[in-house]
Amino acid sequence: MSIEVRNVTKRFGSFTAVDDVSVTVPAGELVALLGPSGSGKTSLLRIIAGLESPDAGSVLFEGEDQARRDVRVRRVGFVFQHYALFRHMTVFENVAFGLRVRPRGSRPPAAEIRAKVMDLLKLVQLDWLADRRPSELSGGQRQRVTLARALAVEPKVLLLDEPFGSLDARIRQELRRWLRRLHDEIRLTSVFVTHDQEEALDVADRVVVMNRGRIEQMGTSQEVFEHPATPFVMTFLGQSAVFSGRVQGGKAFLGSLAAVDYPAHLEEESRPAAGYARPHELEVARLENGGGGLWATLRHVSPAGAVVKLELSDAEGRSFQAEVTREQHDALQARVGERLYLKPRKLRIFVEQG
Amino acid sequence: MSGNPGGSLAAVRGRRALTEPPLVQVTLLAVTVLFLAVFLVLPLVAVFTQAFEKGAGAYFAALREPDAWKAIRLTLLTAAIAVPLNLVFGLAASWAIAKFEFPGKGTLLTLIDLPFAVSPVISGMIFVLLFGRQGALGPWLADHDLKVIFAVPGIVLATVFVTFPFVARELIPVMQALGNEEEEAARVLGAGGWQIFYRVTLPHIKWGVLYGVILCNARAMGEFGAVSVVSGHIRGLTNTIPLHVEILYNEYNFQAAFAVASLLAFLAVATLVAKSIVEWRVRQAAPRDERLEEAA
Repeated sequence: MSIEVRNVTKRFGSFTAVDDVSVTVPAGELVALLGPSGSGKTSLLRIIAGLESPDAGSVLFEGEDQARRDVRVRRVGFVFQHYALFRHMTVFENVAFGLRVRPRGSRPPAAEIRAKVMDLLKLVQLDWLADRRPSELSGGQRQRVTLARALAVEPKVLLLDEPFGSLDARIRQELRRWLRRLHDEIRLTSVFVTHDQEEALDVADRVVVMNRGRIEQMGTSQEVFEHPATPFVMTFLGQSAVFSGRVQGGKAFLGSLAAVDYPAHLEEESRPAAGYARPHELEVARLENGGGGLWATLRHVSPAGAVVKLELSDAEGRSFQAEVTREQHDALQARVGERLYLKPRKLRIFVEQG
Repeated sequence: MSGNPGGSLAAVRGRRALTEPPLVQVTLLAVTVLFLAVFLVLPLVAVFTQAFEKGAGAYFAALREPDAWKAIRLTLLTAAIAVPLNLVFGLAASWAIAKFEFPGKGTLLTLIDLPFAVSPVISGMIFVLLFGRQGALGPWLADHDLKVIFAVPGIVLATVFVTFPFVARELIPVMQALGNEEEEAARVLGAGGWQIFYRVTLPHIKWGVLYGVILCNARAMGEFGAVSVVSGHIRGLTNTIPLHVEILYNEYNFQAAFAVASLLAFLAVATLVAKSIVEWRVRQAAPRDERLEEAA
């Protein structure tokens, strides 16, 4: 079941949480809404669910407008950030809730409810905890109960609000791999909200990057990471070194760096711009090999991990993060306090707006 | 959790023991016990001693006396009307305040506290001014042959007014602390308004509701000032237990006065016992909820 959001706007008083947003989620895909807090991602998710109504625009499921359909009848599964489990009920009763509150006519018989709930608990690997209360479970277990509860009503779409937000790092990783596998198994159209770029890039088929109520970019993980459409997407999806300067006549002049071709701005008028490079795209050397870079002092080295992370700062106090392979690091033999030559291998140039 | 001047269930949750020097602990404890002995236990003992002064026979005779019996029945009737009304009001008001944002919320909260702030005598006077013979609605009531002041309706009205904050005040902090995530979850799962209330909200607030009802009932049965103004003290007709006690006392019938008064003392003790049970139950439930909140 596909989801289509058309020109949706939502205001809270004078604050515009969602500003004329349009997104399409194809049936069976897992899409991440990624953005910092206050970017409108949760508001958008709640509008899709029907928990909030948009001030303008519409939400369509499989081409059908949902405006007049209450959240009760939309058949969405919603996973809340803080679980929102019914704390006075057992795990079993929590999962059974959506079936028990159905009108008498469509309510399945008790035996059927029991079988279905136990099936779902097996799916989330918690059937052995059916008689416990939510307070007796760990965070990861609670989140899986929430998921089973949402799936019990056979939703047509699954919406997850920061599903791993309140879990610790190791459980998060485990659970998101598990969610991905579950999604591959049941192929339910799903949207999840997160502020963690690693999580979004890792789990989702496609990522929608939001900022200040608007969509900055949507695309596959690789698209948004490799080809960010805006400086915001570039900086939000990971660390980056910034080289500011100007563009003019089809070239970018960024400080001491060598001039780079920039065919998008062929005009003679000079405009302020900046070039961005990821830490692994910075070449670190002892010598000024051909120029076109800058000198910086090594401040810190984190040797743990597959890559070695270097922290450097230049004479103007700007700091740079660089990543080199272990072999490069061993060859470099750099010590804290030494001056090294930095040169970006790849630059993404954005002209300043306005 | 926000504070509640009425001494609330909310305060019972998350209680922490302090460690103070033993001398301070003993002194504070001694002061408290002494104070309670002088102002609570002693009067309570006095009531029962006086009541049984002439033996159990005289005690029960005083209660069986027709006017006393009528006063007891009127008190029960008043409480039976006032408490359910205030229960409904309390649920509605606390739900509105805890779950919705609307202009004038602060004012509404203040207004709910009004009966706590106003002297009960003034509360009674308000109803005399409204419904009395010279009052705003007096002529209309007289035309339709309706009697409010110096009659049962007036007593019920005054009691409802004096007791309406109890349930609401008890429930507002409980509901606010709950938030509405669970209700939202229930709604997404397809539950209707009543189903959400019975299956999700009520189980969380039931002890708060009970606590509020207990306090409300105690006050409804024991209210003197406001009821005294609107009652007219007609024996066997508009006397509640507290008013009947006063009349007997003024007639120097001390034994009978204390015998009837002992009923209210019983009610007070029963209220305290019920209150402790409810608080104990809340404490039983609290540690679980707290763990849940910590993890969240």
